[in-house]
Amino acid sequence: MSIAGFEVEVERGTGLETEQMTLNMGPQHPSTHGVLRFVIKADGEVMRRAVPDVGYLHRSIEKISEKVGYHGFMPYTDRVDYVAAMFCNQGWGMVTEKLADIEVPKRGEYCRVIAAELNRIASHLLSVGTMILDIGAITPFFHSFREREKINDLLEELCGARLTYNYMRIGGVAWDLPPGYEEKVLGFLGQLEPMLDEFHDLVTENTLFRGRCSNVAAIPGEQAVAYNLVGPNLRASGVRYDVRRDEPYSVYPELEFDVPVGTGAAGSVGDSFDRYAVRIAEIKESMKILRQCFRQIPDGPVVAKVPRKLKPPEGDAQIRVESARGDMSWYAVSDGTEFPYRCKVRTGSFAAMSIIEDISPGLMLADLVTVIASLDIVAPEVDR
Amino acid sequence: MDAASIHSRLRDKFADKILSVEESVKDPFAVVDGAAIRELCTYLRDDEGLSFDVLTNQAGVDYKAEGHVEVVYHLYSYKHRHYVILKVRVPRDAAEIPSVESVWKAANWLEREIFDLLGVHFVDHPDLRRILMPEDWVGHPLRKDFVEPEEYHGINTTRESLLR
Repeated sequence: MSIAGFEVEVERGTGLETEQMTLNMGPQHPSTHGVLRFVIKADGEVMRRAVPDVGYLHRSIEKISEKVGYHGFMPYTDRVDYVAAMFCNQGWGMVTEKLADIEVPKRGEYCRVIAAELNRIASHLLSVGTMILDIGAITPFFHSFREREKINDLLEELCGARLTYNYMRIGGVAWDLPPGYEEKVLGFLGQLEPMLDEFHDLVTENTLFRGRCSNVAAIPGEQAVAYNLVGPNLRASGVRYDVRRDEPYSVYPELEFDVPVGTGAAGSVGDSFDRYAVRIAEIKESMKILRQCFRQIPDGPVVAKVPRKLKPPEGDAQIRVESARGDMSWYAVSDGTEFPYRCKVRTGSFAAMSIIEDISPGLMLADLVTVIASLDIVAPEVDR
Repeated sequence: MDAASIHSRLRDKFADKILSVEESVKDPFAVVDGAAIRELCTYLRDDEGLSFDVLTNQAGVDYKAEGHVEVVYHLYSYKHRHYVILKVRVPRDAAEIPSVESVWKAANWLEREIFDLLGVHFVDHPDLRRILMPEDWVGHPLRKDFVEPEEYHGINTTRESLLR
């Protein structure tokens, strides 16, 4: 592969001659959380430019949608982002419901929110755990993964799968909450709280961690908006926007929660530390939402009656879901047949990945790992 | 601002560049002249009352029967919390649209993806390369007349060959 401008260049006439190297990082690299590649032009330890090369995990999910029908596409959506698959399920469900005018029963919506918020906690735990691992500390990783494992158990009890859930259906969810689920989840939340404090002591106030994160790749609000950064990455840059609160869907209008933003606690607003801190704060908000859900969940059916051969009327629809990686936009076109004519999903990692080339100049080579991890990039979500 | 008043503002400003508007559907949209898309988008972004500061989604759809490829722009304003959807229709065999990368940086990769999968050429795009498919791939997979190749670099892709 050749990218223009990646030849070795020698700067002459300065007295101190330096040589720019072209380095390859990936596609197999432990910090890339999947398979992705960077072509880096570096001057010693300092990057002049890092160009992402994506597509290694492209599985043509959008093309598959045109061949499997509306119901049949649901398990494929899991694979868009297998770290937070509930949101992909929900996105596909919502866009189809909008196309076909299907109303989800209240209890079904609550089940969706419970599953999604559990998944959000799991995803954020994975994100902060691996971020710290990539930076070089191994202990906090086990703390966060121990808790994530418990959520996997809870979600397994809910739907039988630990990662690719296929829990939601068009018109609701596949199964009602199992008996005693409320006690189990609330019990888990009760012991997650002290764990977060422990995590806080171990990581957030750690000098080495702060040294690696503060002021690293600070993204100003305007730049974040121009690149369409979404979710925690956008909020870390100081833009208080959350689809759940500002373009409410499902039962979120009935739930109370705060939208944390980056404050520049360890340096400048929108740096890698802020992105970490916002995720930790969001875990706490999700816990709040879960507790309210169990208090408010009504009785009733969990799934609407939907024809097995679903043929939405001709037209197109767009919806947005606040996934763990931010606003996930689904756009679907129906031509009146039982197969979607086109389905397009714009994910949070896609935008986060595209900003790296612009923020990389001047960063240390080792900071690239911090940047990828703090932007919470999940490669399959970029490539789909 | 609701879709209808945004559309009427656009009509006042750009008159014949707005080809048609559809307001009785789930997501109201305006079909606009492709040649003017950058001018339109710059206005939508910079006007105080509109300030569409983010391109949330950009999707290409191949309408083979109608003979055109459609590129759909989903714009959103964080300031005013409103949406607008623009659609540009270009002929399938001469799919060329001015790039809006200079308006929103987010368009850079979104347009690369549409170029890669649907073969729409974005004029003045700084780096129009394939993004998801391999660089030596032939054809654009989301075109409705795309035929899947039977092999790629000696790797057979048909199911029968796997069963044999």
